[in-house]
Amino acid sequence: MSETPSTLRQLASQLRQRLVSPRELLDDAYAHIESTEPRLHAYLTLTRELAERQADDAERRLRDGDPSPLCGIPIALKDVLCVEGSETTAGSKILAGYRPPYTATAVERLFAAGAVCVGKTNCDEFAMGSSNENSAYGPVGNPWDVERVPGGSSGGSAATVAAGSVTCSLGSDTGGSIRQPAALCGVVGFKPTYGRVSRYGLIAFASSLDQIGPLTRSVEDCATVFSVIAGHDERDSTSSTAPVEDPLPGLDAGVRGLRVGVPDEYFAQGLEQGVRSRVEDAMRELERLGAELVRVSLPSSDYALATYYIIAPAECSSNLARYDGVRFGMREQRPSLLDMYMTTRDHGFGPEVKRRIMLGTYALSSGYYDAYYRKAQKVRTVIAREFARVFEDVDALVAPTSPSVAFPMGDRSDPLSMYLCDVITIPANLAGLPAISVPCGFVDDLPVGLQIIAPRFQDARVFRVAHAYERATEWHRVASPLAPAA
Amino acid sequence: MTFSNEDVDHVAQLARLGLDDDEKRRLGRELTAILDAISKLQEVDTSEISETAQVGELINVWRDDVPAPCIGADLALVNAPVTDGAHFVVGAIQESERDT
Amino acid sequence: MTQAVATGSATAARGFEPVIGLEVHAQLLTRSKMFCACSADYAGKQPNDNTCPVCLGHPGVLPVINRRAVEFTVRTALALDCEIASFTKFDRKNYFYPDLPKGYQISQYDLPLSRDGHLEFQLDGALVRCGITRVHLEEDTGTMHHEGDVLQRATSSLVDLNRSGVPLMEIVGEPDLRSPEAAREYLIRLRQILVYIGVNDGNLEKGSFRCDANVSLRPAGTESLGTKVEVKNMNSFRAVHRALEYEVQRQAGVLAAGGALAQETRGWVEAEGRTVSQRSKEYAHDYRYFPEPDLPPLQLDEAFVERVRSELPELPEARRLRFQSQYGLKPYDASVLTATREEADAYEELVAAGVPAKLAANWQMVEVAALANELRVTLAQSGLGVKGLAELLTLLDAGTINGPTAKELLAELYLGGGDPGAIVSARGLAQVSDESELAALVEAAIAENEAAVADLRAGKEKALARLVGHVMKATQGKANSQLVNKLLRERLGG
Repeated sequence: MSETPSTLRQLASQLRQRLVSPRELLDDAYAHIESTEPRLHAYLTLTRELAERQADDAERRLRDGDPSPLCGIPIALKDVLCVEGSETTAGSKILAGYRPPYTATAVERLFAAGAVCVGKTNCDEFAMGSSNENSAYGPVGNPWDVERVPGGSSGGSAATVAAGSVTCSLGSDTGGSIRQPAALCGVVGFKPTYGRVSRYGLIAFASSLDQIGPLTRSVEDCATVFSVIAGHDERDSTSSTAPVEDPLPGLDAGVRGLRVGVPDEYFAQGLEQGVRSRVEDAMRELERLGAELVRVSLPSSDYALATYYIIAPAECSSNLARYDGVRFGMREQRPSLLDMYMTTRDHGFGPEVKRRIMLGTYALSSGYYDAYYRKAQKVRTVIAREFARVFEDVDALVAPTSPSVAFPMGDRSDPLSMYLCDVITIPANLAGLPAISVPCGFVDDLPVGLQIIAPRFQDARVFRVAHAYERATEWHRVASPLAPAA
Repeated sequence: MTFSNEDVDHVAQLARLGLDDDEKRRLGRELTAILDAISKLQEVDTSEISETAQVGELINVWRDDVPAPCIGADLALVNAPVTDGAHFVVGAIQESERDT
Repeated sequence: MTQAVATGSATAARGFEPVIGLEVHAQLLTRSKMFCACSADYAGKQPNDNTCPVCLGHPGVLPVINRRAVEFTVRTALALDCEIASFTKFDRKNYFYPDLPKGYQISQYDLPLSRDGHLEFQLDGALVRCGITRVHLEEDTGTMHHEGDVLQRATSSLVDLNRSGVPLMEIVGEPDLRSPEAAREYLIRLRQILVYIGVNDGNLEKGSFRCDANVSLRPAGTESLGTKVEVKNMNSFRAVHRALEYEVQRQAGVLAAGGALAQETRGWVEAEGRTVSQRSKEYAHDYRYFPEPDLPPLQLDEAFVERVRSELPELPEARRLRFQSQYGLKPYDASVLTATREEADAYEELVAAGVPAKLAANWQMVEVAALANELRVTLAQSGLGVKGLAELLTLLDAGTINGPTAKELLAELYLGGGDPGAIVSARGLAQVSDESELAALVEAAIAENEAAVADLRAGKEKALARLVGHVMKATQGKANSQLVNKLLRERLGG
């Protein structure tokens, strides 16, 4: 078994003690990536030149006493995040070669804090998928078993952290795309309250659902990265002006006295037995730690998947209209404009993206808008209200993250069966709630994730509950087979 | 609830997706199945409910009318697939493409 | 409401009545674009130089509302007596076109900023009231240049996104207009208001003020709805008039021959003087409107609306009526002097400086107007300025200088400016009004113009002017001509 890879905090400490330099950390990261990439294919671009410049800068800053915990820390970014001058593809052929003229706000904040960008990670095309099999550039392997999926859409971001190449990465979550791969890869993955982290520079999938969030090996690391990227951005009109509650000071507060709801509907059939057992164990652990577990009901959960699969495709059909071959990305040159549009988009988009564009266009089209889109937005209100009502009685909710552990590649070729992966993660996106997945055990050596959900803007509370659980268990210390050797 | 061939053609046209016949047939089948699953939404009573267009509670988010420097034509065109050095260039436009 | 149906005695004879509704798109005079901070002043810039990732529609960008654009739209809505919505939002209008970078335009669909207003104007002595359906806010598209300048034959087109994202206000008028004349007048009045309140520069040629029309015919005296035809590409008031006249005639011709009209879009072809079918409206775009998820809605409370209302200047019609009553001006004169806010402000400044109302009106409308047109410099922009003109006219009014001198000085000082009073003193341009001095010159004129005197005594009144002219010449044009006239008449007993 490989040695437990370090956490971000541990590396930060080593950097400050001059036990290691940013450049050395970077070289280690690249060496490990190089050795694992043939099996993982977690990266689409390695940003070596940028990383080296940033590492050198970090060196200077550390010498000057820069207190930022991210200074000199290598980080990987999901390829839906724009980095100025670096190829950013969103996992799609239609953006092959695209170099953004600007950098996403969340990324800018990481860079300002001294983080070092090792590369852009592989993901499902335009963040649409739950297995990373929809990437136009090939699938990603799960470090626990490379024949299995890492989850999606932030598969690459989860895999590289699980493999131990880096201690942290950024992903994006629209229906579970951070939490589900985190669960399948045995790492921590957090989706902030909608509006907590700026979406400026995140290649949009579904505007009212997307959020950027960190994937790490520990809850404390996750909270650390979150605190750097969170906060109002005037370039994102949906970003909240409410002050960010720093999750770090209260991280150790524990769960004694907290009421934690267990929604019946998230434990329905479809949940693998092994997953159910691990999650029930985790819930008992929380009780042992002093939380009061309460059964609750969210009856409209039944409709969450259908609601999501109208709203997300509808918004994406509009967000992806700009990929038309005119100003950037791939173009299939044809004498007529119409042919150019048709061919470029037919060749540039993969099957899942086309499916969702078609579905979304249909849901918004004349004659169907009321029955589909409008109806879905109303059911969304019902779902959000149900959560609000439940949160009058409990402080947080606990549930599985994914109904299953990592499945073999190619196993879920039927779109509907793939959509079911997100049935327990989607509701938090619909209601804009903060939610995390933390490792809570294994089934046949495959990781299981525990999901914790809190009311809007109670991101700190999510970290607190997750941290209490993590501290009382050893799951986070178990390294994947691909982790760096001692 | 079926996604007929006409539906597929019409929607593909609206979305500017030049699907071939095989793709159209496959999508028709898949989308019919998905729409079927989605149709359960009609069971929910939403007669007294308003839509959630925005998940947050924000209103009146706007900025002062202050201009800032542009990025310049070079950067604007740097990713252009086809350009004459100053413009983005596209092909012949049919009547039916033109909008209001 | 009656409107002169001057067109087409043919149309009237056939028993048809035109039903015209106009849609105006007006660019707002903000400093920055609607959803990004690029300059809204894109004229004269190199193609695609006035852009940023947001208005280029790059992946990952987000819009941010320009508050001033909202204020300007509310200001316009108030000037048009519209109801301001207390809750309003933006929507996406989805379609594909190269000048629309995001593949959707952020506009307003079902909850616009304002609705239900009206615009009243005079036409042939009658008052016309045209309803305003709504005034809403959206973003402009980029521009395209088609190879060979003819879209239908171009094999390629060039896209310039400098204009993409400029704030655009859409003003939809009710189909209350009953003639091309009424339509033209409506546009002139609407444009005047927009320029007056400072939200738009009214430039049709440049395209900052654009107009499309919906035209149909119905049997006179009925309320039925005929087939609506959209007419576009009218780039001047004259073009609007000509295009609508043509279209009304065309439709009447088709109907009179027993044919049916297609519900379509037709473009005005200026060079050929006709409208040409562009596309059948049956192939209508399905815009798939839905609320813009990237922009929270707007709630405009009373305080906001009142603050905008307080920024509203006196509107042209109200100002015209006030000029009539306050300064005793004729309706036509009041109308000319209030044609633009700049003119009206200049006039009131003149009167406030002590220049008599009538004198100021005459000079501004005749002498100054001529110079302003010839030199392409308005009074306010001129070197002389309103202040200088006020001094000049005050000297004239006091009799210090005479009319001809005043005119010469105006021409001389208009561009470069100067101190009229000082110049009059320095050059001794003061009017000669001394009776004894003038009497002597009158004697001299009589003595040296026997023929003129004879003509005058013979009843030829015009001969008097020759005698006056003689005195004027002798005084280098400075003689007080009224006095000279009076003295001559007394002396010659006629």
